[in-house]
Amino acid sequence: MERTEAELIAAVLSGDAASFEPLVQKYSPRVFATARRYARRESEVEDIAQEVWLKAFGKLKSFRGEAPFEHWLMRMTVRTCYDFLRGHQRNRESSFTDLSEPETDWLDRFAAAPDSEPENADAAKLLIGRILEKLSPPARLVITLLEIEDRSVKEIAELTGWSVPLVKVRAFRARGEMRKILAKMAREKYL
Amino acid sequence: MNPLELQRKLIAAARTEVPDDRVPYAFEKRITALLASRVVPDNLAMWMHGLWRAAVPCVAITVLLGAWAFFTPAATTNANDLSQDFENTLLASADQGDQTP
Repeated sequence: MERTEAELIAAVLSGDAASFEPLVQKYSPRVFATARRYARRESEVEDIAQEVWLKAFGKLKSFRGEAPFEHWLMRMTVRTCYDFLRGHQRNRESSFTDLSEPETDWLDRFAAAPDSEPENADAAKLLIGRILEKLSPPARLVITLLEIEDRSVKEIAELTGWSVPLVKVRAFRARGEMRKILAKMAREKYL
Repeated sequence: MNPLELQRKLIAAARTEVPDDRVPYAFEKRITALLASRVVPDNLAMWMHGLWRAAVPCVAITVLLGAWAFFTPAATTNANDLSQDFENTLLASADQGDQTP
């Protein structure tokens, strides 16, 4: 008979580390999907996922079972991703002169006719990925959660451990930061 | 170029991208192996274990000393009487005082 999550957690807490494996198996897809939003290289994604599970194992005593295990784990995942972003702040100051040909074409077509460009173009996805990499860690996190994943401010506050007013302030700053980056890109490209 | 419109378009493009949730082969096995190699020692359990191990030699020494004390015949001569020696030493100055004219 398959054991419930609560039974597995109780077994892990009583010293049976092997009971952690079914939890890792069940929730790793979500952890990996979240990590892939913030890390590009597969080795970095694996490092984040591994860090999440090691932290989860170490802090399992603090899981009180009031909320689902998945929520508790996702909070840990988002916070680990944020730590990763803070530890890997690279290429933020680089220019937009190295845009690929499809990205340049997409921008040219957008500049010529803003309404005609399909939103799901691969070039646009590459471009937004590049812009997100230039954002500061809090800005990137808040833009990803608020604008891309379409989460509420309250949800973001719970996931990140920030207060609701802090999320709002950071969202405001993040939008401003993003606009500045886009303006810089437009200047470099078209002036 | 309108940066606000560009931002809206790019965010919309990002929303259409669903991140890959693929997990590397045997990832859960790797985590379990890692956890097994990293099990944090329980300080209290280590102390308990050490104390239990130390208890055995302590009991053995107590038994040996007890047996030695039990089986060693008690000293009968006055010369070996520790309490008498102690008393002599303590009262030596008083005795000397009595003997001096």
